Amino acid sequence: MSQKIDLDHGRFRQIIRGKIKQNLRKYISQGEMIAKKGKDTVAIPLPSVDIPHFKHGDKQQGGVGQGQGEVGDSLGQDGEEQPGAGQAGDRPGDHLMDIEISIQELAEIMGEELELPRIQPKGTEKIVAWKDKYSGIRTTGPESLRHFRRTYKQAIRRQIAMGTYDPKNPVIVPIKDDKRYRSWKKEPLPQSNAVIIYMMDVSGSMGDEQKEIVRIESFWIDTWLTSQYHGVESRFIIHDAMAKEVDRETFFKTRESGGTMISSAYKLCAKMIADEYPSELWNIYPFHFSDGDNWSVDDTHTCVELLKNDLLPFVNLFAYGQVESPYGSGQFIKDLTEHFDEDERVVTSEIKGKDAIMDSIKEFLGKGR
Amino acid sequence: MTIKRFPAYLRDMQEEVEGYAKNYGLDFFPILYEVLDYKTMNEVAAYGGFPTRYPHWRFGMDYEQLSKSYEWGLSKIYEMVINTNPAYAYLLEGNSLTDQKIVMAHVCAHVDFFKHNYFFSKTNRKMIDGMANHSARVRRHMARHGQEVVEDYIDVCLSLENLIDPMSAYIVRTPKPRTPEQIEDDESGPVGRLRSKGYMDSFINPPEYIEAQKKKKEDDKKQKRRFPESPQRDVLAFLIEHAPLEHWQRDCLEIVRDEAYYFAPQAMTKIMNEGWASYWHSKILTEKALTAAEVIDYADANAGVLATSPGRLNPYKLGVELFRSIEERWNKGQFGKEWDECDSMEQKRNWDRRTGLGAKRIFEVRKLYNDITFIDEFFTLEFCVEQKFYSFGFSERSGSWEIMSREFKKVKDQMLRMLTNRGQPVIVVEDGNFENKSELLLRHVHEGIDLDAGQARDTLRNASRVWTRPVNLLTKVEGKGKLLRCEDTNLSERSAEYT
Repeated sequence: MSQKIDLDHGRFRQIIRGKIKQNLRKYISQGEMIAKKGKDTVAIPLPSVDIPHFKHGDKQQGGVGQGQGEVGDSLGQDGEEQPGAGQAGDRPGDHLMDIEISIQELAEIMGEELELPRIQPKGTEKIVAWKDKYSGIRTTGPESLRHFRRTYKQAIRRQIAMGTYDPKNPVIVPIKDDKRYRSWKKEPLPQSNAVIIYMMDVSGSMGDEQKEIVRIESFWIDTWLTSQYHGVESRFIIHDAMAKEVDRETFFKTRESGGTMISSAYKLCAKMIADEYPSELWNIYPFHFSDGDNWSVDDTHTCVELLKNDLLPFVNLFAYGQVESPYGSGQFIKDLTEHFDEDERVVTSEIKGKDAIMDSIKEFLGKGR
Repeated sequence: MTIKRFPAYLRDMQEEVEGYAKNYGLDFFPILYEVLDYKTMNEVAAYGGFPTRYPHWRFGMDYEQLSKSYEWGLSKIYEMVINTNPAYAYLLEGNSLTDQKIVMAHVCAHVDFFKHNYFFSKTNRKMIDGMANHSARVRRHMARHGQEVVEDYIDVCLSLENLIDPMSAYIVRTPKPRTPEQIEDDESGPVGRLRSKGYMDSFINPPEYIEAQKKKKEDDKKQKRRFPESPQRDVLAFLIEHAPLEHWQRDCLEIVRDEAYYFAPQAMTKIMNEGWASYWHSKILTEKALTAAEVIDYADANAGVLATSPGRLNPYKLGVELFRSIEERWNKGQFGKEWDECDSMEQKRNWDRRTGLGAKRIFEVRKLYNDITFIDEFFTLEFCVEQKFYSFGFSERSGSWEIMSREFKKVKDQMLRMLTNRGQPVIVVEDGNFENKSELLLRHVHEGIDLDAGQARDTLRNASRVWTRPVNLLTKVEGKGKLLRCEDTNLSERSAEYT
């Protein structure tokens, strides 16, 4: 049902959208500001969009209350909302407004702001599920599917043709031939599935700040890819000298010491793809984050081989993000560029700090693969 | 808007409740009820009770907030009534019958208040049409100048909407402009000489007196050269009259001012109006309309309405208690010179002259008072103590809001301060030709509380958009005079003398 308020509400949402877009860089670099709310929505604290007025400053103002309590008793912390009837209070609260928007919308805003191209899913034609859709009419069928209106329409038509219809006494009796039934068609339902495989270096040289960057960046990558595919799965691999699969929580919390063998992660990733995600059915996105400090030149060589033979042929995109860390040499990105500069399936990005996250996302997703 | 038919059982209920109300002496405009589902209720509430308002995103924002808080179970709008003749009132679909009965009794009293309270006497009772006209005008401007442009300008106007003079409808602030003859008389005539016979002249009009008269005249002239002659509180009116505006901009400003004046009496009588309505709903229900089966539901709902919580002043509670206290005092004759002068607590406690004037008195009060005069006159020491009032403030030391005092004078001062000018700072136009550069000088009449600095800056920006020339604001910050100045959205600040 449409209401008058819909227009004004629409305008408000549009203004909110504009605000989010304006501040997107800030939101992206401060991942904490966005709280996930429920399955499909996020809450974003926006500085109030309300109209400014000349008004009294809060702290000098005070107020009057009623009830128990000694002089000096606290009424609860600043900004804490008290329950109560009506909007009777004069309790100030210069609050941020929590705006709830869907992930879909957020992704759209990000897409617009970063000018991300839409992804052309591969293998759409091959990946097909069938869905029954009731769209036709036929003359036979089970009674439960009888189309009441069409049946009576047919009956009245027949009775008029036969001359047995009396407008003064409009009794209509359908006979067997009048009966019409709903029928269904099988319709192809295009489906595209995507899996994101996050790999992260958790060796000693990756500090909390580096992990924070990875966490924020992966949130936005998730957001974007989720908006592009019907179903997105995320898998997580951490590695130092050994690689193992973990859940999301562990992925962002683990801190190991020890060396770095990137090949271990690539091996596990290749195995995961081979075992579970046949590339003709899945759009595959491995993202690897590291500080670029690999153990040995030999291992880097193994990595390149693995990429060439076991990963790249199957994936849509292989993304490597190198987080700057005071300990890492940052060599790995150079090696990758050297070997895969020509290959557009490989994207590398150097993330210098939180402020660079946005550009890095654009580098990763800007190709529309 | 979906208008549900008003079902027969509710119509019967309305008739019954209104019958009781009339017998008690309430006198109201005809009331038209509509039953709304919660979505429509939120919509109507976002529009301030009116079915049609001009298009603006702020209504959408209010709607979203109302809907969210309804969906999360934080708040629910039981009733709404608007000040028109006939009065429109809305009932929430799905409320229990007891709730609807309370609402109807409540609404009767509200409408009685609208009809009789002096501060509503100048409001437009056909405001539904008024609002619809405003809407049509704004839409026309939007069609011609673009939605964004007009909406943006309305934002600017709304930012200044509280700069009105709500009392101006009831008092004459500036004397009528004098006729040209009068002015000529004044200027050409001899300096205020008193009539005297020649030989007495030097006694009746001594040179000092003539000097003083001359000076007074000079001052008067200077005064007249000032623009506006005396500080003007209705800043919006001043802008409408003197700012270089395009026709549609002036129209937007007028619309915003019109609506601000329409809503002002409601802000000025919030405590009284809600108190009056709560007084009558409880009287009508408990004495007449309740059936035994409804008592618990009624008590529950009523307790919710009158609940207090720390740091909040519940106008329903304060208002209803004050009306009851007035009724009791006038029933027992606890007023007048004798009562005021009596200082024996014992005697006061048992004071009962059986005057029985309570009912008469509360009807008088609802007719003649507004929140400020209401509190000022009837919020007494006894009442303050009995109702456990306190004042609170922000303690920098502990970083939280604390109870500051239970002292009667402090509590009452605080309360009156909150009500003065509807809790808004007083801003006046001091000079429309500041420093002879056709800049605008506004002055914050500082009454002990500083302005919210951030908001003041943004608002000043908007004011300078309307004035199209730099706008200055003289205020005090932490006891020191400050002059804020906005030129082309650039803000500057310097210390200045605040006198």
